[in-house]
Amino acid sequence: MPIRTVMKANEAAAWAAKLAKPKVIAAFPITPSTLVPEKISEFVANGELDAEFIKVESEHSAISALVGASAAGVRTFTATASQGLALMHEVLFIAAGMRLPIVMAIGNRALSAPINIWNDWQDTISQRDTGWIQFYAENNQEALDLILLAYKVAEDERVLLPAMVGFDAFILTHTVEPVEIPDQEVVDEFLGEYEPKHAYLDPKRPITQGTLAFPAHYMEARYLVWEAMENARKVIDEAFAEFEKKFGRKYQKIEEYRTDDAEIIFVTMGSLAGTLKDWVDKKREEGYKVGAAKMTVYRPFPVEEIRELAKKTKVLAFIEKDISMGLYGAVFTDASAALINESEKPLMLDFIAGLGGRDVTFNQLDEALSIAKEALEKGKVEKPIHWIGLRKELL
Amino acid sequence: AVRKPPITTREYWAPGHAACAGCGCATALRLATKAFSEAMEEKYGDPNAFAIAQATGCMEVVSAVFPYTAWKVPWVHVAFENAAAAASGIEAAWKKKGIKGKILAIGGDGGTADIGLQALSGMLERGHNVVYLMYDNEAYMNTGIQRSSSTPYGAWTTTSPPGKYSIGEDRPKKWVALIAAAHMIPYVATASIGNPFDFVKKVKKAAKVDGPAFVQVHCTCPTGWRTPLEKGIEIARLAIETGMWPLFEIENGDIWHIKIQPPGGGAKVYKEGGRVVRIEFKKPIEEYLKYQGRFKHLFKRPEAIDELRNQIKAMWKVLGVEAILPKPEE
Repeated sequence: MPIRTVMKANEAAAWAAKLAKPKVIAAFPITPSTLVPEKISEFVANGELDAEFIKVESEHSAISALVGASAAGVRTFTATASQGLALMHEVLFIAAGMRLPIVMAIGNRALSAPINIWNDWQDTISQRDTGWIQFYAENNQEALDLILLAYKVAEDERVLLPAMVGFDAFILTHTVEPVEIPDQEVVDEFLGEYEPKHAYLDPKRPITQGTLAFPAHYMEARYLVWEAMENARKVIDEAFAEFEKKFGRKYQKIEEYRTDDAEIIFVTMGSLAGTLKDWVDKKREEGYKVGAAKMTVYRPFPVEEIRELAKKTKVLAFIEKDISMGLYGAVFTDASAALINESEKPLMLDFIAGLGGRDVTFNQLDEALSIAKEALEKGKVEKPIHWIGLRKELL
Repeated sequence: AVRKPPITTREYWAPGHAACAGCGCATALRLATKAFSEAMEEKYGDPNAFAIAQATGCMEVVSAVFPYTAWKVPWVHVAFENAAAAASGIEAAWKKKGIKGKILAIGGDGGTADIGLQALSGMLERGHNVVYLMYDNEAYMNTGIQRSSSTPYGAWTTTSPPGKYSIGEDRPKKWVALIAAAHMIPYVATASIGNPFDFVKKVKKAAKVDGPAFVQVHCTCPTGWRTPLEKGIEIARLAIETGMWPLFEIENGDIWHIKIQPPGGGAKVYKEGGRVVRIEFKKPIEEYLKYQGRFKHLFKRPEAIDELRNQIKAMWKVLGVEAILPKPEE
């Protein structure tokens, strides 16, 4: 029987790792993710998880050790955030290029400077081009489930790419919520053993991994990563379906909420989706035709799902905790690209909010709504990007 | 009677790799893998019970150009600074998979003394069952001869050119072997392709200890040192004989009981209580410098050669040895 209990997202991530039975874990402490390796080292110390835990001297070595371990053919896990993830950046490309299905939990945290330990998504969003699959959790249950799903998708032979699961710093990492811990036997059945055919350093079959590729071969290697990410779309849907069957919880790349007759739909990711749904309920009571949508998968970008969503509304607005300096938020930019060739598309708006742990309040969402309403009434967008919740007196 | 070859005839570093003609480091890797294989046979009963994690560098790019490989042993390259970390991960995975054997991490002086120093320290400190082999050709040769912290004083490189205001490289060589020894690991050694028997012996010893070991091998680079192709071994031997390259072993960080191998070349070695305390070298360092284009400019600046001599003496002093380094006229 699954165990119903309460825990923080960091603990949920550690439990997910325990259930997935990785053979090698390498981690380095960083706020807000430190509890994940702490909890895992307890599992290992108590013999509840049979794994090698490498207490590395940096995040760079954490991911490098996992590349070594994964190249030797075992399931691996780590957790980090923010600066730690940025330090891994170089090796993230290598893990994807070498087709190593490493899974990593991220307590989504802002990047320096100024140094800030609180939540936004700039850390993972900045890794969007590395070839890692990206999931974002709305709550602690999702953090656990999506890590299991990450293994399922990453290790699929049609994919073989690493995956990261983000959950918001403090809002989730340090907040206790009800979580159901699935049965080990069901998880074993769902994931199976990781037995790679392409990557294992074994004296019985010497192979060379991580070669130099000249222009004659490099581009094909890159294409195959791109193709694997395309394949992941279907594999993710299959994994979601199988997960629902086995565990009874339904996941979708984009989950809609009260969108059916909506004129304005707000799209977001992570824990903000919870706030947004509450707010939509309130606005609906007040007579506004608004809906919400949550993106669970950011890479591969849910192109088809965004197109379907766009067909339902007159204004498609994004609320995101990241910014590409010199342009817009990344989610808005990617969604715009997904819609570029659609003959009919909604007005599109981007709201940058909640950076560095600033609370995203109903007042801020009201502010976004009034901008969206104005665009709807005028039938055009004068300015696509708006920073909401800014303290103008400080600027 | 058929004479037994001094080392196994098994090859793990196949011909056809793309190293420069006369590359001393290619020789080092060929010998190191043979020695490692012998040690694995003796330790685990399987000559093939090892894998290599290698840092970006000359020996990496020349040995694994897709779709070819020079390696007849499981081999992986990840990046420049993380061979030691990758080796840690492979070792952990093998433990869990029940694969018996040892991991050999390989890096050049740039990948070891500079950008990979942190990962090296972490791996040594954590006690992984890994041998780290630093092939020291004393500059970033892969990118075209830039100075590293392992470049000797006075050497020309493309980023330490001699000029009106420059003597060439202006800092003393950093000895990573001593940093490795400070981790109090079971075995640390310096070696040279100028003394292949000593090198093979040390690699085998390193491979057979339980836990981490570090071997720093001096290998010539005709391209970067501006030396004749055929003189690599001779030049490496001159480095030993003139005192420029010490051969030593340190076990468990016990520098007081450092073992120093006699340099040869007519040098007189004095011991006290089993410990080498004084070496009177016969050949002046000029004998080593003179073959190398990278030191050519020093011969117009004798005070720079004297400064180098002083630095070499200081290095020997750290090893507990009073080194007498002759000048050419003496």
